[in-house]
Amino acid sequence: MENQFSQEPKGSEVIVVTSGKGGVGKTTTSANVGTGLAKLGKKVCLIDTDIGLRNLDVVMGLENRIVYNLVDVVEGNCRVKQALIRDKRHPGLYLMPSAQTRDKSAVTPGQMIKVIEHLKEQFDYIILDCPAGIEQGFQNAIAGANRALVVTTPEVSAIRDADRIIGLLEANGFKQMDLIINRLRMDMVKRGDMMSAQDVVDILAIPLIGIIPDDENVVVSTNQGEPLVGNDCPAGQAYRNVVMRVQGKEVPFLNFDRGISFWTRVTGIFHKA
Amino acid sequence: MRHFFRRKSSCQIAKDRLKILLISDRVNCSPEMMELIKGDIAKVISKYMKIDAGNIEIQINTKGAKSGRGAKPSLYANIPIVDVSSDMMLKH
Repeated sequence: MENQFSQEPKGSEVIVVTSGKGGVGKTTTSANVGTGLAKLGKKVCLIDTDIGLRNLDVVMGLENRIVYNLVDVVEGNCRVKQALIRDKRHPGLYLMPSAQTRDKSAVTPGQMIKVIEHLKEQFDYIILDCPAGIEQGFQNAIAGANRALVVTTPEVSAIRDADRIIGLLEANGFKQMDLIINRLRMDMVKRGDMMSAQDVVDILAIPLIGIIPDDENVVVSTNQGEPLVGNDCPAGQAYRNVVMRVQGKEVPFLNFDRGISFWTRVTGIFHKA
Repeated sequence: MRHFFRRKSSCQIAKDRLKILLISDRVNCSPEMMELIKGDIAKVISKYMKIDAGNIEIQINTKGAKSGRGAKPSLYANIPIVDVSSDMMLKH
């Protein structure tokens, strides 16, 4: 916690949130990390790169405000600015939605890079929500990024896919890749029925940036279309810490194993930070 | 009811499976191919000494590297020898 203010990022960072496997929490992570950064006063642009299956707008609760989308920008039907939806709850937070009625081939990596270069001038952080898979949608999403958050759950299939993704990111020249372990259940880890965070880190061998406990509040927040980062619940606090670490601040990992009283103490400390 | 002598935890099973899975994923070498390599190694070595062919272990790993990635993998074989002193050695 000492060097909390010493490591501000230089220039804008373009972060891709990816996992390989579907349904492990890429969109939830994108929404929460983006919202968390905006809450700390950063200018953030979230880009949904999942063309044909857009979801980030729904998780953010902005689905009713879409006029133009990423494909419109790429095809020149509108200016970049016109496609950006401003989140009224958080100044500095914008979403570029993806197209629902097109497919991945509507955008090329070169076009993505151009859009991102344009956005870099106005934003501190650009966060790309990557589609599942390793095909063109993945190539589009990583094209303009210089940093990756790899999301996985403590399951064999998700870890295997994450390993594949890490290999592909390395092959594409990524230097900074950080791991988020989502939906960890301490009760299952304790009785030996789930891999621990340490087990997953040992296998994937990239730096850990966040452990998100399995928390039903995530479902509630998705229902409401309001990211829960910073809220007084396990996942909200865990995402808040991820946001701090994304900015290069050192925050100790939370222990999800101590029950409610410990929680209130922890949240008390971090509310001030 | 729980058995007193518990089986391997499912966590351990997952880790063991992943270890093997990721090695073959990373070097693009299927478990079937590993079995074939194992069989061929057994065949060659047993020309010279008596080995326990059923208990050969081979694995591809990146021992000695900083991280599990980026380093050149190497093939390790653990071949239990049953008898070296036999006249098999003398034949060659």
